[in-house]
Amino acid sequence: MSDNTQQAGKSLTGLKSVRRWPPEVSILLVLLGIVLVFEILGWILIGESFVANKQRISIIVLQVAVTGIIAIGVTQVIITGGVDLSSGSMVGFIAMVAASFAQVATNERAVFLSQGWVDLNPLWAIAVGLALGALLGWVNGIIIAKTKIPPFIATLGMMVSARGLAKWYTLGQPVALLTDSFSWFGHSFQFLGFPVPRPVIVFLIVAVVFHILLTYTRYGKFTYAIGANPQAARVSGINIGNHLVKVYTFAGLLSGLAAVMTAARAESAQPGMGVGYELDAIASCVIGGTSLAGGVGRITGTFIGTIILGVVTSGFTFLKVGAYYQEIVKGVIIVAAVVIDQYRQNKRRKA
Amino acid sequence: MISPSTMQAVRESGAVPAAGYVLEVEHVRKEFPGVLALDDVHFKLRRGTVHALMGENGAGKSTLMKIIAGIYTPDSGTFKLRGQDIRLKSPLDALENGIAMIHQELNLMGPMTVAENIWIRREPTNRFGLINHAEMRRKTEELFKRLNIELDPGVEVGSLSVANRQMVEIAKAVSFNSDVLIMDEPTSALTEKEVAHLFRIIHALKDQGKGIIYITHKMSELFEIADEVSVFRDGKYIATKLSTEVTRDDIIRMMVGREITQMFPKEEVPIGKVKLSVKGLTLKGVFHDVSFDVREGEILGIAGLVGSGRSNIAETIFGVTPASAGTIEIDGKQISITSPSIAMKNGMAFLTEDRKDTGCFLLLDIQDNTQMAVLQSRYVNYGFVQQSRLSKDSEAMAQTLRVRTPDMHEPIMNLSGGNQQKVLIARWLLTQPRILILDEPTRGIDVGAKAEIHRLVSQLAGQGVAVIMISSEMPEVLGMSDRIMVVHEGRVTGFLDRKDANQVKIMELAAH
Repeated sequence: MSDNTQQAGKSLTGLKSVRRWPPEVSILLVLLGIVLVFEILGWILIGESFVANKQRISIIVLQVAVTGIIAIGVTQVIITGGVDLSSGSMVGFIAMVAASFAQVATNERAVFLSQGWVDLNPLWAIAVGLALGALLGWVNGIIIAKTKIPPFIATLGMMVSARGLAKWYTLGQPVALLTDSFSWFGHSFQFLGFPVPRPVIVFLIVAVVFHILLTYTRYGKFTYAIGANPQAARVSGINIGNHLVKVYTFAGLLSGLAAVMTAARAESAQPGMGVGYELDAIASCVIGGTSLAGGVGRITGTFIGTIILGVVTSGFTFLKVGAYYQEIVKGVIIVAAVVIDQYRQNKRRKA
Repeated sequence: MISPSTMQAVRESGAVPAAGYVLEVEHVRKEFPGVLALDDVHFKLRRGTVHALMGENGAGKSTLMKIIAGIYTPDSGTFKLRGQDIRLKSPLDALENGIAMIHQELNLMGPMTVAENIWIRREPTNRFGLINHAEMRRKTEELFKRLNIELDPGVEVGSLSVANRQMVEIAKAVSFNSDVLIMDEPTSALTEKEVAHLFRIIHALKDQGKGIIYITHKMSELFEIADEVSVFRDGKYIATKLSTEVTRDDIIRMMVGREITQMFPKEEVPIGKVKLSVKGLTLKGVFHDVSFDVREGEILGIAGLVGSGRSNIAETIFGVTPASAGTIEIDGKQISITSPSIAMKNGMAFLTEDRKDTGCFLLLDIQDNTQMAVLQSRYVNYGFVQQSRLSKDSEAMAQTLRVRTPDMHEPIMNLSGGNQQKVLIARWLLTQPRILILDEPTRGIDVGAKAEIHRLVSQLAGQGVAVIMISSEMPEVLGMSDRIMVVHEGRVTGFLDRKDANQVKIMELAAH
């Protein structure tokens, strides 16, 4: 028996711990590598620096802010083992609706001119956008939880319908001439000589809030549990249906927020807004190490993944590479990121 | 070292000696980060024999078998197959050299037929290069006849029972003309009748001169089927003996390196008032009219064959599959349990039968696995997890249960089966249950860990917890239970008191 107790004594401490880097470190290294390549190519090919350009940095962060906000919502969806294809279309529809509550009185074709809902406080448009996003996300969640159909199909349906709604809302007409107080949210302010777009600040706040949510709350723990093993989660007392409704509602809410930012930035809304955003968002997640199989993923990874996509897009523009090539290479990067990640995980699993 | 194709040629020419060792493995070493899994290990397999491998979880049996089957590459060591040096590069390489492994988790494709599964990648074709299904069927039937397997080659594998799927796996292995067959706990999910059939097949394979490596935790099987036994402990080779020259106690001593005198340390504890009362519980088509009481401090064993509805009864009580009729009373109060969370709110905990499917969150670490159930009720403040307090308590619990791991942030998939089980038990004990349902709590677990779990269950009963324990292992049921309820085809066929229960009486009720 004494042998046994000795063994027990070293059970938690006796074996050598393996040092584990947080998975974000390697993604961050990839980002730095890409930046370095553009910097070097910049000096060789054009004779100027890639990073030392305030304007360019500002553009990169502005570009990524909107898809980044969506990607954060999608990250938690993917962690549960699901996927959200509807975010891009939701941006289109919600941008239209939100913008219609932010039109100026002098616009004769304002959607709610006859009701007198013009020159409103911009908070109205924001509230409408967020509420509508949450509602559509809730619908996604309810359908997935109650009918148990694959999230791919449920959100594919929403993707098609929401785009239809966006076109139906004004019969294809753009919603233009928005109030300055609304557009203010999409503009930049000067900070230490840098033009900082406000959507970027929103992105940062959202990222921090959801990082805390996923890491330090019961909501987060259950999100991972459901993705890792839904059956075990159920036996552990987790109400999977209820939880998924929350997760998709949050994702919808963030799509709504992204829609408001998009409309404010463009000072108008068109039914075609947000096309392909859902795929950029999913790409950011997987580049950042979120596993489409569920159970694995972190906001920090998605954050870096989003920036990688932005840097690549802007880097190619900087090197004056044609738009066609950009898309080709972007596709390659998405696939390569997942291949590398899988390789890394296999290695870790064998270890 | 020679190439696989040469080996193939040598084999087909029949130049291989008929007697002696088919496989010789020496000085094998394999290190994983933080763990020396195999340390200078030896293993020799004779033709036409069954060689059992025994050892506690984490002793290195599975690692060695995975090396032999080409899944892992060893750090060092020599391998001789039929007297020739060889180094295997992949599972396919091993298969082509006549080494086949039948895994604990079966690797068959459910939607495909039995014949398609067996001949995949080697389908007989006609002269247009298309698959000749008639020929494939004929070959399968021939193979089955040789092995005494009665199965229709045309049915989908997904519709077969676990036992039948295993037969298909074995037939597939044999179809490669394998000389070495590795079976990793093949009987863990089989009924006694199915086990008998499996053993007949193994005898037939032996007669055909195959060498069979048989990993098991069941001592009785060892004496029934094995010719030789090798024991491993903590990654080290201990000894190889003829099964006729050792006793059960010898082997246990070699496995644990110490004497385990008391396998079932059931303490006599005062039995209190009725805690859980089940009346007329029915799940249509699965079990009917199940009624029983469990008292505080009592351990109620549930015995019955696999498929008798034992596990379904437990699942229904815990709300996983709500009942279609009947009532459940806790402390005399009727409660409608329609989900696991309601069961948990009423002080229940349920350790499920299947560690992998309904137990572990394999992607998550030990900490997350331990805390997931208790988060329903405690350690949460305004939605925020009180992680430092919870981590401290989880770690203390893991330490009490002697979970062997470097730290709580180790992914649970890196633990051995026994240690995973301890983590799952820790998960439920953290919820401080008053009713504990254990479904096969020690399946696939080594002797040492088993005794620890038994001691723990006994202790919990001593603290007044009402325990329901389902088990296929007779000695466990007999040794641990105050009372035994026997289930047969979805109906309770009888109750036995501890003092009059024995294996024969249980089997009479279970097989009816």
